[in-house]
Amino acid sequence: MEFFVFVCSALMILVGAVGVIVRKHPVHAALSLVLTLFGVAVLFVAQEAHFLAAVQVIVYAGAIVVLFLFVIMLLGVDRVENLRTEPLSGQRPLAVLASLGLVAVLITAILRGNQIFNERGTGLNLPDAQDGPDANTVQLAESIFSQYVVAFEVTSVLLVIAVVGTVLLTRRTRATAE
Amino acid sequence: MMALSLVPTASWYLVLSAVLFGIGTLGVLVRRNPLVMFMCIELMLNAVNLSFVALARELGDINGQTIVFFVMVVAAAEVVVGLGIIVSIMRNRSTLTADDLAGLKG
Repeated sequence: MEFFVFVCSALMILVGAVGVIVRKHPVHAALSLVLTLFGVAVLFVAQEAHFLAAVQVIVYAGAIVVLFLFVIMLLGVDRVENLRTEPLSGQRPLAVLASLGLVAVLITAILRGNQIFNERGTGLNLPDAQDGPDANTVQLAESIFSQYVVAFEVTSVLLVIAVVGTVLLTRRTRATAE
Repeated sequence: MMALSLVPTASWYLVLSAVLFGIGTLGVLVRRNPLVMFMCIELMLNAVNLSFVALARELGDINGQTIVFFVMVVAAAEVVVGLGIIVSIMRNRSTLTADDLAGLKG
């Protein structure tokens, strides 16, 4: 069962990711990104990260992609981009080579480092009769609000700074007063 | 090989996230539209999130999921600031290409 879930969502993820980089139209690229984000959310559910799956759908597929589409429409750049011409000659083969090399290095590291992880944590609470249906959310909340509460507060400060900074960045400056 | 083929282990998820990261890297290197480059950065962040969650389950450690939570929050802030910069740069330009931004002076 988990095999089929993995294969289906891996296909979703890879098709969406390839769609992001080969689609000419920015709106189509954003919609392919939604496909990838949903696939990642499915894999989060498959790995008992239920709260993160919900956050993934709400924050990424909901807010961030809508923000992207909003900016695409706002700037009026929703026209087809010509991908045939290469801006720098020979850049694309080099880019493909570089990313293939990166993937090869990462996969080698994964396969060779498989035996290194010996230290186990205290375990994830799974939603069942003993722990209740929202065991994962409770456990995550205990981690965030006890061990990482300072980081959490700093993150909220970061969000406020981001909001204020964005408003300042995009505000139209009046040429003259009145 | 048969025992390997039915239950996805953590290595499967890690390899998938490595491939996703590679596709994101390729996109950042190849595409010249700043918005699409941003989307590819989101792909890379999602690949990292996926590997964090896979290792959290493999090692039975909730802290992996905690880090993913913080990554998501910081990614949201980063997207907001980045799109704000793109909007403020591109408001007076007709084309949207990263190659046109060689000079700092707007």
